[in-house]
Amino acid sequence: MTKVSMRINGEQVNADVDGAQLLAYFLRDKLNLTGTHIGCDTSQCGACVVHLNGRAVKSCTMLAAQADGADITTIEGIQKNGELHPVQRAFQQHHALQCGFCTPGMIMAAVDIIENTNDLDEHSVREQLEGNICRCTGYQNIIAAILSAAKEMRG
Amino acid sequence: MYPFTYHRASSIEQAQALLDVSDDSKLLAGGQTLIPTLKQHLASPGALVDIGKIEALRFVRVEKASVVVGAATPHAQVAGDGKLAQKIPALAHLAGKIGDPHVRNVGTLGGSIANNDPAADYPAACLALGATIQTDKRNISADDFFTGLFETALEEHEIITEISFPVPKLAAYEKFPNPASRYALAGVFVAQTEAGVRVAVTGAGVNGVFRMTEMESALANNWSADALEGISPSADSLLSDLHGAADYRAHLVNVMAKRAVAQTC
Ligand SMILES: Cc1cc2nc3c(=O)[nH]c(=O)nc-3n(C[C@H](O)[C@H](O)[C@H](O)COP(=O)(O)OP(=O)(O)OC[C@H]3O[C@@H](n4cnc5c(N)ncnc54)[C@H](O)[C@@H]3O)c2cc1C
Ligand code: FES
Ligand code: FES
Repeated sequence: MTKVSMRINGEQVNADVDGAQLLAYFLRDKLNLTGTHIGCDTSQCGACVVHLNGRAVKSCTMLAAQADGADITTIEGIQKNGELHPVQRAFQQHHALQCGFCTPGMIMAAVDIIENTNDLDEHSVREQLEGNICRCTGYQNIIAAILSAAKEMRG
Repeated sequence: MYPFTYHRASSIEQAQALLDVSDDSKLLAGGQTLIPTLKQHLASPGALVDIGKIEALRFVRVEKASVVVGAATPHAQVAGDGKLAQKIPALAHLAGKIGDPHVRNVGTLGGSIANNDPAADYPAACLALGATIQTDKRNISADDFFTGLFETALEEHEIITEISFPVPKLAAYEKFPNPASRYALAGVFVAQTEAGVRVAVTGAGVNGVFRMTEMESALANNWSADALEGISPSADSLLSDLHGAADYRAHLVNVMAKRAVAQTC
C-alpha cells in the first residue's frame, strides 16, 4: 500500500491505496465521486477527465499514487454555493448533452480550454476536444455551449 | 492490471537505486503509454519507479546552438515554451500535435522515445535534428538510439535524463494523423542542419523511424517541394495494417514530406 494525500474539490484527503489503483476508481469507488465516468479501456474517450493542478488529465490513465500532493477538481467541485458553473449552465441552455455520459469529461475539458487558451474559435475548440468522444450529440451544440460560456466567463 | 509495488523517486540516484532492487522493475514517467499497456495485461512489472515528479528532469533550457529538454518534461510544456518555439518552431508544433490535450499534459518526451512506438512523433524530431540522448550513464546519438520496432539502445534500467536538439537552420514536421488515435500514419520531419539536410520518417517503417536519404540528397540540391516529386520509400519496407496499406503509406510519406518543405518556403 502507498500513502497518498491530496486536495480533492478543496478538501484534504489522506488514504492508503494499492500501487495499481487508478485515480478514476479511487475517486469513484473509495470517495463516491461517481460524476467522473469511465467510458473506455483505451484512454481515448475522455469521460474520465478531471483537473490535476488546474489542467485536464485522464483519470483512468493515472495512478492514484501519481496524484499524491496534487490539487484535484472533479465535476462535483466546479459549482459554487449551489450555483452551476457557467459551462454547466451553457451545456443546459444549448442542449449540449443527450445521454450525458460524456458530459462530465466534456465540461472538465471545456473549463481547461476556456481558462488556458487564447483566441478561442470554433476551429480551436474542436481541436482541443480531440480527447473527448461523444456518441450522441454530433458535437455541434457542445461547441456552441463552450463558445457561449467562454464569452460569459471572459466578460 | 496485475498488481505491482509503486515507488516514487525524488532524484535520479534514488530512481536508479529503486530500479536496481529487482529485475522486473520499470520506470514510470507520464504513464500515457505504460498504463494503457498494463490495463491490457501486456506487461507485468513487479515494481514501478515513478520519475514524473523529479524536478531535475522537467525543464526546457534554450542555449545558443541547442535546445535541451528534460526527459520527464510533458509534451504540453514543450509545445507551450515560447523560447523553444522561437529556436525550433517545428519541435513545438510537433509536441502540440501529439494525441490530445489531456495526453499532452501528462505524457513526456523521455517516455515517448524510450518506448519508440513506430507511430510516435518525437523519434522523427530526434533523428532529423540529430539530437543527443543523455542517460544516467552516457550520451547516445539519435542515429544509434532507435534500433527497431519498440527497440532502443537503452540498457536494462538505464534512465534517459535529457535530450539535446541542435538548432537547425530550417525545419518542419507534417503528419497524417490516424483519425482515431492521432498517432502518425505517416509523419515526416525535414531539417537543414549544420550536418546537412536530414529527413526522418515515422509512422510508416516496419522497423520504426528511419532516415530517407534519397529525399535528403534531392533537397540538398534543391530545397523545394518539387524536388521530391516521385520520391517515396519502397512499400516493402513499410507497415501494412488495418489503418493503411504499405503503398498508401508510401504515398503519404511523399505528400507529408512535400507539405513539410512547402511550409518552410
Ligand atoms: C490517447 C493517446 C493518444 C496518443 N497519441 C500519440 C501521438 O499522436 N503521438 C505520439 O507520439 N504519442 C502518442 N501517445 C503516446 C504519448 O505520447 C505518451 O505520453 C508517450 O509515448 C510516453 O510517455 P510517458 O511519459 O507517458 O511514458 P510512460 O508511459 O510512463 O513510459 C513509457 C515507457 O518508457 C519508459 N520510460 C519512461 N521514461 C523513461 C526515461 N526517462 N528513461 C528510460 N525509460 C523511460 C517506461 O519504463 C515505459 O517502458 C498517445 C497516448 C494516448 C494515451
Ligand atoms: S475512460 Fe475513456 S479515456 Fe478515460
Ligand atoms: S451525450 Fe451521450 S455520449 Fe455525449
